[in-house]
Amino acid sequence: MTSRTERRGVSAALKQGQITPTELCQKCLSLIKKTKFLNAYITVSEEVALKQAEESEKRYKKGRSLGDLDGIPIAVKDNFSTSGIETTCASNMLKGYVPPYNATVVQKLLDQGAVLMGKTNLDEFAMGSGSTDGAFGPVKNPWSYSKQYREKRKQKPHGEKEDSDWLITGGSSGGSAAAVAAFTCFAALGSDTGGSTRNPAAHCGVVGFKPSYGLVSRHGLIPLVNSMDVPGILTRCVDDAAIVLGMLAGHDPKDSTTIQDPVKPFTLPTLTDVSKLCIGIPKEYLAPELSGEVRSFWSKAANLFESEGAKVIEVSLPHTSYSIVCYHVLCTSEVASNMARFDGLEYGHRCDINVSTEAMYAATRREGFNDVVRGRILAGNFFLLKENYENYFIKAQKVRRLIANDFVKVFNSGVDVLLTPTTLRGAAPYLEFIKEDNRTRSAEDDIFTQAVNMAGLPAVSVPVALSNLGLPIGLQFIGRAFCDQQLLKIAKWFEKQVQFPVIQLQELMDDGSSISEIEKLASVSLKH
Amino acid sequence: MAAPMLRWWCLGRRWVLACIDGGSRHGRGAAIGFTSSRKRGQTSVAQQPLITSQKSRKGEHEWAAVVGLEIHAQISSNSKLFSGSRVHFAAPPNSLVSFFDASLPGTLPVLNRRCVEAAVMTGLALNCRINKKSLFDRKHYFYADLPAGYQITQQRLPIAVNGSLAYSVCVGKKPSRVITKTVRIKQIQLEQDSGKSLHDELRSQTLIDLNRAGVGLLEVVLEPDMSCGEEAATAVRELQLILQALGTSRANMAEGQLRVDANVSVHHPGEPLGVRTEVKNLNSAKFLAKAIDSEIERQIHELENGREILNETRSFDYKLGCTMPMRDKEGKQDYRFMPEPNLPPLLLYDTESLPPGADPQQVINIDWIRERLPELPSETRERLIQQYGILPEHSFALLNEVGLLEFFQNVIKETRAEPKKVTSWVLNIFLGFLKQQNLAVNESPVTPSALAELLNLLDRKAISSTAAKQVFEELWRSEGKTPSQIVSEKQLELMQDQEALERACHTVMEGHPQVVMITCSTEGGFLGSRGQGPPSWPAQGQRQPEHSARSLSTAPLLSLKAQANKGWPGYIRSP
Repeated sequence: MTSRTERRGVSAALKQGQITPTELCQKCLSLIKKTKFLNAYITVSEEVALKQAEESEKRYKKGRSLGDLDGIPIAVKDNFSTSGIETTCASNMLKGYVPPYNATVVQKLLDQGAVLMGKTNLDEFAMGSGSTDGAFGPVKNPWSYSKQYREKRKQKPHGEKEDSDWLITGGSSGGSAAAVAAFTCFAALGSDTGGSTRNPAAHCGVVGFKPSYGLVSRHGLIPLVNSMDVPGILTRCVDDAAIVLGMLAGHDPKDSTTIQDPVKPFTLPTLTDVSKLCIGIPKEYLAPELSGEVRSFWSKAANLFESEGAKVIEVSLPHTSYSIVCYHVLCTSEVASNMARFDGLEYGHRCDINVSTEAMYAATRREGFNDVVRGRILAGNFFLLKENYENYFIKAQKVRRLIANDFVKVFNSGVDVLLTPTTLRGAAPYLEFIKEDNRTRSAEDDIFTQAVNMAGLPAVSVPVALSNLGLPIGLQFIGRAFCDQQLLKIAKWFEKQVQFPVIQLQELMDDGSSISEIEKLASVSLKH
Repeated sequence: MAAPMLRWWCLGRRWVLACIDGGSRHGRGAAIGFTSSRKRGQTSVAQQPLITSQKSRKGEHEWAAVVGLEIHAQISSNSKLFSGSRVHFAAPPNSLVSFFDASLPGTLPVLNRRCVEAAVMTGLALNCRINKKSLFDRKHYFYADLPAGYQITQQRLPIAVNGSLAYSVCVGKKPSRVITKTVRIKQIQLEQDSGKSLHDELRSQTLIDLNRAGVGLLEVVLEPDMSCGEEAATAVRELQLILQALGTSRANMAEGQLRVDANVSVHHPGEPLGVRTEVKNLNSAKFLAKAIDSEIERQIHELENGREILNETRSFDYKLGCTMPMRDKEGKQDYRFMPEPNLPPLLLYDTESLPPGADPQQVINIDWIRERLPELPSETRERLIQQYGILPEHSFALLNEVGLLEFFQNVIKETRAEPKKVTSWVLNIFLGFLKQQNLAVNESPVTPSALAELLNLLDRKAISSTAAKQVFEELWRSEGKTPSQIVSEKQLELMQDQEALERACHTVMEGHPQVVMITCSTEGGFLGSRGQGPPSWPAQGQRQPEHSARSLSTAPLLSLKAQANKGWPGYIRSP
């Protein structure tokens, strides 16, 4: 196991000239090729990336680097619009759609000199919790091929085929999580509507951060649920998430739901004393389906804080159990509305049928959307019908308010952050995962993450340890609205305490050298 | 009575009770009124029926019609309601389309401040209560020129509610009486316009132009307080004038900046309201009243012939002069309204509630807008009546034509002539010429200064009224010449030399002794019969002393002569 202390920040390495942006970009490109079987990327923007790296290199040579992200390879979930680069949402509906503009978050990263490696895979239109339901096939969890997991599997007696027991990444930002976990980039953008960034982050052993709603612009993010969507950040450490957040946060005149106050880039201070903190443990999160292992990591984490002098108290979020069904109504309703624009007229897929406009709409939408999307559209339209609106949509909105108020009450009682599991258990093998349908899976997997989106709060999943199967387990911290920095500060302290092991992929690659080099440059920010 | 009888028989099978109940149509009305027609305000029920069916002679009740309007006015703004695209009529197709307007995925609406201000201004001018908090909603339907599959509108909480619009109808002929009526305004909401579909029947394809998609609209909902096409048309006209005075909409119907839908129903006074139909796309001032009246007649005709009125959408066929059901609006639409999640509630402030230190760019102060409201048409009319002593109907006429009031005021500024004189010239002669040649005021070849100068000449009796008209004709024909130039070129100035004038008169009379004889024998003299000289009196008098003698200033002179001769022929024409 590589020790953390051997590693150094890639940013520093670039500044010191130990590696050039082009070299770094090429290393990542070669890793992307080697890990192609993970299906993490839908589009690899090699040419664009190399050109951007070249430009970054020029800047470094002139001593005019744009900052910590200049020359850093990043990946972007394929539901963010990227100018000139195909943006599909993993749907046949948008195959071949090349947006003419960049999402604000993408533009901000490019303005900082970041190098865009490609667009990452997801569940179609981000509807799912496995990254298994996209038009380009499922994403495989890099941990399926890790030394840690393989060793444990060998202990198991049955002789299944090598590749049949691969694990899902979680989702819907599974491609981004896998891309970061497999060292093909240093940071990736995901999106988080009900846990879509935190869930795959937990399953892939990376940090998954969901900012406060309104802190980061959604302009250019192809929406799932406008009132809950936020761009998420996936990185290999909390510091990196903070750096990226610093670049992305702030008002966007193109998104009226972003905060008005300017946000300045920041460096996350190191927290040395947690004794003044109050950590809340929501008792409703002790779900019966929660695996014993995750439960024990959760209580160990609580004990850790307590042993360091923090006040750890049990709190109640009484409306938690209504969250899933409430989310279902609100999500499908907004989906029904948001998907109305995909009619084959202006962009995207169009069927060959042209007997009438209506027939063309129907066939286009049947061919363009998968069953999951169509099912949600149908359900949403049902909830929005005049006769159902009061009974479903309005009621769900009221429940949403109650859920949000639960958090407000807890935070008003003096709690600084809530500590919860991110997922019920470690990543499931694909074959097991697909035994249940998308809806059942999403309902189950979003259980700890979704209420946060209802309330618009910041939350971060931090990898804690490996399970008995050698799979990553993550825990979630939930912060007060717009106290994102405070939240990350605590997460950073926790990350340092737990010393989560680095994924060991070398043995599974033909050429272990490239990965170990990048692995040493593990993060953007480490300044050891 | 045959028709109603048949009707009862039909109904008896459905609503037996209504039949047993003495066969009163009341029962039927109630049943229909409460099942199919939407509830309406009390005032409309109490309204006097203006439309009366001819059949009422047969002893039946009278019919009353109830008309409500939904008016869409395009907001006059540089850019669209939620995007930065320019707003321009008749630009090349799809040249004013932003990513948002084309509904590219990931784009978000950003509210245009100007459109909000326009809505507030309009709301204030229409005596509305401005909601300090209003909300945006999505209204869903699939249509090729609605790229997002939904329209952003204000269904739940519109920006302005509970207003009123006063309009005046002239009743009777001279002297006409101006009656002021009021229609309640239910609400004003901000919403997006759709694009345009152009159906190419030949190649069986539809072409879409998104230039209009996303342009800001004010939807003004008028309660069903009107009872005929003329009232509706007059109310729309008044609204149009208000919007134009405010500058919130150019409100040009021909350019589609003002579009009207009418809800029409008929019923017997004192009974519940009938089933309503919606007559869509009344996009011409000319056909607005006609369409509504023809729909009212149709409904009465249907009911009197024992048929039912369906709650349907109809359009007016101006060629056939009647309304027809709209085929693509068949079937019930459920718009599946939903709050627009990408727009926070629209908050407005007044001076009292304005947060201290608020960025003026970020807040809209209702009081500030109220203080800056321009003069409204009703106030302008009142001012004209007060200031110039003109008749109320003239004040309406002056406002009715775009630019006419400004023209009038510019003439007034530069002339010494009486305002009444100016009004008369502007409304009769000037407007008459415009109408004859189908010109707008700003296309007039005669400038206000020229007319003012002409009226000055007239005022100081340098020319006669008849000559003035001739000068006006010249002005109309030959641009660039001043009235004075024309007067001197054509020698139209009045003869001031008493003796020369007398000589000229004598010459004429001596040349026509017979006519003089006839005229002298008629009773009353010429002064009593203004403008109506004996039929035999020749027009030669106009020629003999050239044009100068056929003028008012000869009147006293001729009058003296006439008295001396026991009567004198007159040929004075009223101006």
